[in-house]
Amino acid sequence: MALLDICNLSVEFATAHGALKAVDGVDLKLDEGEIVAIVGESGSGKSVAMLALMGLLPWTAKVTADRMLFDGQDLLTMSAKQRRKIIGKDISMIFQEPMTSLNPCFSVGHQISEVLAQHFGGSRRSHKARTIELLQQVGIPAAETRLKAYPHQLSGGMCQRVMIAMMIACQPKLLIADEPTTALDVTIQAQILELLVELQQANGMALVLITHDMAVVAETADRVVVQYAGQQVEQRAVKDLFENPRHPYTQALLRALPEHSQGELLNAIPGVVPGQLDRPVGCLFNPRCEHVQEHCRQTPPTRNEDILCHYPLPLAGQKP
Amino acid sequence: MTTTTATPSPAATTSQSVRQQQWREFWFYFSASKTAVAGLVFLIGVILVALFADFISPHLPAEQYREFAEIPPAWMEGGQMRFFLGTDYAGRDMLSRIIHGARLSLLAGCIVVLLSASIGIFLGLVAGFKGGWVETIIMRVMDTIMAVPGLLMALVLVALLGPGLLNAMVAIAITYTPSFVRLARASTINEMNRDYVTASRVAGAGPLRLMFISILPNCMAPLIVQGTLSFSTAILDTAALGFLGMGAQAPLPEWGTLIAENRDLMLSAPWTVTFPGIAILLAVLAINLMGDGLRDALDPKLKRS
Amino acid sequence: MNQPLIKARDLHKYYPVKSGFLQADKSLQALSGASFDLYAGQTLAVVGESGCGKSTLARLLTLIETPTAGQLTLDGIDVSMAADAATKKQLRQTVQMVFQDPFGSLNPRQKIGDILQEPLIINTNMTAEQRKQEVLTMMARVGLRDEHFHRYPHMFSGGQRQRIAIARALILKPKIVVLDEPVSALDVSIQAQVLNLLIELQQEMGLAYVFISHDLSVVQHIADQVLVMYLGKPVEQGASEAVFSNPQHPYTQALLSATPQANTERKRQRIKLIGELPSPLDPPSGCSFHPRCQNATAQCKTTAPVMEQRGDVSVACLLVK
Repeated sequence: MALLDICNLSVEFATAHGALKAVDGVDLKLDEGEIVAIVGESGSGKSVAMLALMGLLPWTAKVTADRMLFDGQDLLTMSAKQRRKIIGKDISMIFQEPMTSLNPCFSVGHQISEVLAQHFGGSRRSHKARTIELLQQVGIPAAETRLKAYPHQLSGGMCQRVMIAMMIACQPKLLIADEPTTALDVTIQAQILELLVELQQANGMALVLITHDMAVVAETADRVVVQYAGQQVEQRAVKDLFENPRHPYTQALLRALPEHSQGELLNAIPGVVPGQLDRPVGCLFNPRCEHVQEHCRQTPPTRNEDILCHYPLPLAGQKP
Repeated sequence: MTTTTATPSPAATTSQSVRQQQWREFWFYFSASKTAVAGLVFLIGVILVALFADFISPHLPAEQYREFAEIPPAWMEGGQMRFFLGTDYAGRDMLSRIIHGARLSLLAGCIVVLLSASIGIFLGLVAGFKGGWVETIIMRVMDTIMAVPGLLMALVLVALLGPGLLNAMVAIAITYTPSFVRLARASTINEMNRDYVTASRVAGAGPLRLMFISILPNCMAPLIVQGTLSFSTAILDTAALGFLGMGAQAPLPEWGTLIAENRDLMLSAPWTVTFPGIAILLAVLAINLMGDGLRDALDPKLKRS
Repeated sequence: MNQPLIKARDLHKYYPVKSGFLQADKSLQALSGASFDLYAGQTLAVVGESGCGKSTLARLLTLIETPTAGQLTLDGIDVSMAADAATKKQLRQTVQMVFQDPFGSLNPRQKIGDILQEPLIINTNMTAEQRKQEVLTMMARVGLRDEHFHRYPHMFSGGQRQRIAIARALILKPKIVVLDEPVSALDVSIQAQVLNLLIELQQEMGLAYVFISHDLSVVQHIADQVLVMYLGKPVEQGASEAVFSNPQHPYTQALLSATPQANTERKRQRIKLIGELPSPLDPPSGCSFHPRCQNATAQCKTTAPVMEQRGDVSVACLLVK
């Protein structure tokens, strides 16, 4: 049985200009110990989908799904109290801005032991040894002395390590990392990604990595979900996807990378991601697609073999 | 994230429709609060009454009907429809006096806010922009003004300048200036670090251009809110000074003065102080409610997605 | 070859930092010893992590700040000698800048037309009609439509805003443009559009670019020369191909191996950089990179290396022979 099983998840926001469909029919199945990356541009709904899973969206959001199972339990029907028991313990999430994700008023030791106290009970003092162990586990040197440090005394990379320590404190079965390295320097990014993968392997947890960076995906994930304008357009094993993208958007995204350019200019994708008011008819990608046909402009495609396209690109070695 | 503002359809092109759209957005957030709309409607009513006071008031405000002194309101025993809200000790119609008083009170509020806001914003901008000793001097002077309780300060100033409505307004404006200075300075310092100011600098903009064209328009939202809220306290303080005999002088029908001149009748003819009091209360309440709505609509931090 | 547009010699910038009551003020060495020549039509990429002095260099080049020491010559004019207003005005028109964050760099209360006209109002004597014509021509060049003239910045997407920012930088016909992380805040598909636009404009107008970035894959594509900096000091400098194909300094090597690539075969054989960036207020003794360097020796802790020519590139490392 899959650890996480989401079927047809949609999220709508009520805004001044009417309803905004941020996530539109996303499916996601995740096994234990698997690393799945969700890639997409801003506005693709990649963060919103995961926030919906965590129940962290504001009241203006309307979440609907056919199925939302975690470890066999139905997240849709359970009470808020039951849900809180799972969220934060079995499912954890780390965010892009490590500096603002930590409370600046409390020492890092205090904040970690608070998480432990919340989910395992007992006094804060009794959790000290475990807190030090966690800090060591995420590679913070001289962990004992860092217990009393406040977030502003640590660098961005260190803060992100503390966040990770806090999130793995309860040994979650699923860790969602929302752009965990975007705010960090390249050399620190490499360290943090490595740490996440190490922890994932050591604890056997599943990892959902939300990112916009194709290169990070290539080096980290097992499976990739590509999202565009709230829709899930392709879902494949990472190697297949990079060698042989089948959705035109994935293909264009990969070609646009500087290392894949031929000659002076890059292979840019024309146009912009559609906004709330200018969603095209038919396939949402059709105004920017180079393989577009008349059919695409009129009928929205349905998902076939996890590809949301009327005319998916052929597999290598296969005639179209 | 998907909660960013949406780009409009390409049809909305002219500057007019842009402005229209901004108004529509403003109204969407402002009208979300029913109390704010109620405040606005009431305030518009008060402004209309003040504008057309000469036409709608049944009597002249200063006309004394000696034989009808201290007549109670129409619905009480002994009341007359001619004097709907009763008359005061000299037989002047309360309703007419309150209607004309709206003029004076609104005018006082406007002048106080205009004076204190323009001086305060200018000083605040300069302090935030220049920094260094200019800032230190401006801010220390403002701190000194703030160290004295506002009404006491105004009283002292009026005592120095001599009583009268105009002097009262100047005195109140001075006590209000520091809050505008502080607000303007804080927003200026905040905006100074933004890239668009650096960009203007790289383009060669001088200090005046940077201060008034680049920075000031971006600081306006909190200042407008502060202006509205000071407007109501200005009315209140003008009334207080009038009540103490230091503001508008009798027979001017300023609301605070109305209460003061009928102070002795508080027990025998309570309507003479009650209705001016209610007028002050409602006007101030309406402006405050509207100010809260304005803050919700103009402060982006409070905006809901 | 003709004379360089930018000639920087040993540029330094120190900031005084108050370190508390009754304590001597420290000085923050934001930039120490940057030297380079940049010719028309060329791109110099400045690479490094946060706190390496990239942004300080940008502020010096755009005349927002003056260097503490060293000589900076822009288009033949020595910046420190330019005292009179006319020369300053001329200098300002020579260098313009594009910022990282397209949301912060455009005044939210001004229309696009007013934003783009501002440099012309300040620096030229054009009539309103001429200015408008000039702005519309430039808008068309960067891919904006005429009707955008009357719109406000919040109505545009990140990519379009960056086009506006580029138009503003180019409207005075500068010779040098400083690009401070111009695409790092943009989505991948938009990045390519904006980079292409920059490349085309450079070829058309013969611009010299100073391209500040932390994204090595973008740098590799766009740069002619590369300057790698660490804690305010240049550590490696040279032609782009030479630096990327055969990096000499251990920091450059680490930076290159830390940059992820869209290649599933290349699963991490990384040079691991241990530790964090030291505080620029309290830089390590000797070579500032030695606490994080794999090859550091006892000598590295005491002796600060200087930039020396090693083959095709200049390197500041004691161990590179």
